[in-house]
Amino acid sequence: MTQTKFELKMGGATRAAFGKALVELGRENSNVVVCDADLSKSTNTAGFAKEFPERFFSCGIAEANMVAIGAGLASAGKVAFVSSFSCFVLNKGFEQLRVTAAYPQVPIKVVGTHSGISIGEDGPSQMSIEDIALACSLPGFAVIDPADEVSMKSLVKSAAALPGSVFIRAGRANAPVIYGAEHTFEIGKAIGLTAGNDLTIIAHGLLVAEALRTSMALGAEGVGVRVIDMHTIKPLDEAAIAKAARETGAILVAEEHLVDGGLGVRVAQSVTKSHPCLMDYVGIQNTYAESGSPEAVLDKYGLVARDVTAAARRLLARKRG
Amino acid sequence: MATLTQPQSAEQLAAVCKTIRRHIINMVGAAKSGHPGGSLSAVELLVSLYFGGQLKHDPKNPEWKDRDRFILSKGHACPVLYAVMAEAGYCPVDKLNTLRQLGSIYQGHPDRRFLPSLEASTGSLGQGLSVALGMGFAARLDKSPSRAYVVLGDGEIQEGQIWEAAMFGAYHKLDNVCAIVDYNKIQLDGWVKDIMGLEPLGDKWRAFGWHVVEFDGHDLAKVDAAFNEARNTKGKPTCLLAHTVKGKGVSFMENNPKWHGVAPNADEIAAALKELA
Repeated sequence: MTQTKFELKMGGATRAAFGKALVELGRENSNVVVCDADLSKSTNTAGFAKEFPERFFSCGIAEANMVAIGAGLASAGKVAFVSSFSCFVLNKGFEQLRVTAAYPQVPIKVVGTHSGISIGEDGPSQMSIEDIALACSLPGFAVIDPADEVSMKSLVKSAAALPGSVFIRAGRANAPVIYGAEHTFEIGKAIGLTAGNDLTIIAHGLLVAEALRTSMALGAEGVGVRVIDMHTIKPLDEAAIAKAARETGAILVAEEHLVDGGLGVRVAQSVTKSHPCLMDYVGIQNTYAESGSPEAVLDKYGLVARDVTAAARRLLARKRG
Repeated sequence: MATLTQPQSAEQLAAVCKTIRRHIINMVGAAKSGHPGGSLSAVELLVSLYFGGQLKHDPKNPEWKDRDRFILSKGHACPVLYAVMAEAGYCPVDKLNTLRQLGSIYQGHPDRRFLPSLEASTGSLGQGLSVALGMGFAARLDKSPSRAYVVLGDGEIQEGQIWEAAMFGAYHKLDNVCAIVDYNKIQLDGWVKDIMGLEPLGDKWRAFGWHVVEFDGHDLAKVDAAFNEARNTKGKPTCLLAHTVKGKGVSFMENNPKWHGVAPNADEIAAALKELA
């Protein structure tokens, strides 16, 4: 679907799309069950709970128990979703994800909402800036961060059908719409959004839209920027990365996550095996953020198009030598 | 030694217990490491389940959807589970002495990648009760008569997740789940009362909304009666507080914290087997 202009009209939050997808899944498959830890109105599992109360398990504020309950349900053949804020389900439930799901190969569907720093006002105790690193360290898990409501809805359904475990990252803030309703998505298959051979920007989640803004700004100056939506961070689409490295010679990775352990590290690891090239990283730098409106926090911590564009210019300058 | 349709007589069950204890000594002895004390304390509990007609299971059909589930949450006591499962026909008896060796189906802690008839991989304490409750919920949704049994260590229930799970089980009235505490009073570092005492333990479970039965966990008739009471208790889950003796059946191992995680040497193996003849 490579094109040059994106309207980026504001859509709903990816967590809302997750909630809608869950309800549809519930109607399609009576084997789908959902666990939540007293955040169903925030995670948007409340819609499922209302329509399918007998298949919704209120676990209280006890994430470790919730993950293992989900693993028990999955062991008994259920398609078990467990959901909370990303920081709580990953950090408080990590040991349980490891021992009751990943290691025994029990397929569980984990959806962490309010991820990244775009949760805003609630501040760092509720922000999840290390969830990608944690989830990627669980052998066998697929890790997915959809950029908009269209891709979220589709990928939640794919995740339910996947035989293995999945972590899906969802955001609290509204996200610009990138895809048309008819677009299809495949877990593990990156999407090239723009064509260009001067530079590649690989992004996931909220930063895909920022990367597109950068692409449009630099495109107006005659610079060809290839934007790739790496909605699946694991398993990584290494073919798309190698092709971008070969054809553009420079890759910028942009993500709403710590630069340590995020997609950037995984892309760098991949290009060292295929076609080493110049790289740089836009992400959260070795710090926790703070309270503020989502826009103000993203701005202060360097995650808006301005920052992506500046990093892209620096990388282009290095490329030109 | 069929199990599903033929509960064994009291004499037969006592003989099975001795066989299981001999396996435990031989396995841990051969491995030169492992956990004999907490394996020996749980023998009657597992024998009553697998051979006394309490656990509805079929070793010839381990995937049977309506089977009861058993989880050894105190995974370090896997020698007792492996021995019982082998004698029941799930896995080979003649391989028990490969415990803890590379590639053995008898891994150092229960690992369902190697032994798929295990219901859960355990070893990190505190998690089995939650998994059992998830299974209990699935059975309720499926309108299955399947029950879930989970053996917990006494030291293990110092883990906070156990009490999250306890709240969940009672709140959701999961009366098809039965927790069994192997209350042998000893954990790795010493006596439970000297490390993080649990008393009044029955009151704690009752306060969390569970039906509690306390009994001598080595008296097979009382163990059997306790499981019956658990099955007949409706509207709430049951916690069986089985008072047991760590190292039970081997005089020099009984009530001695040393034998939590130490293997017997050749002389000790011989002495133990003599007592268990």
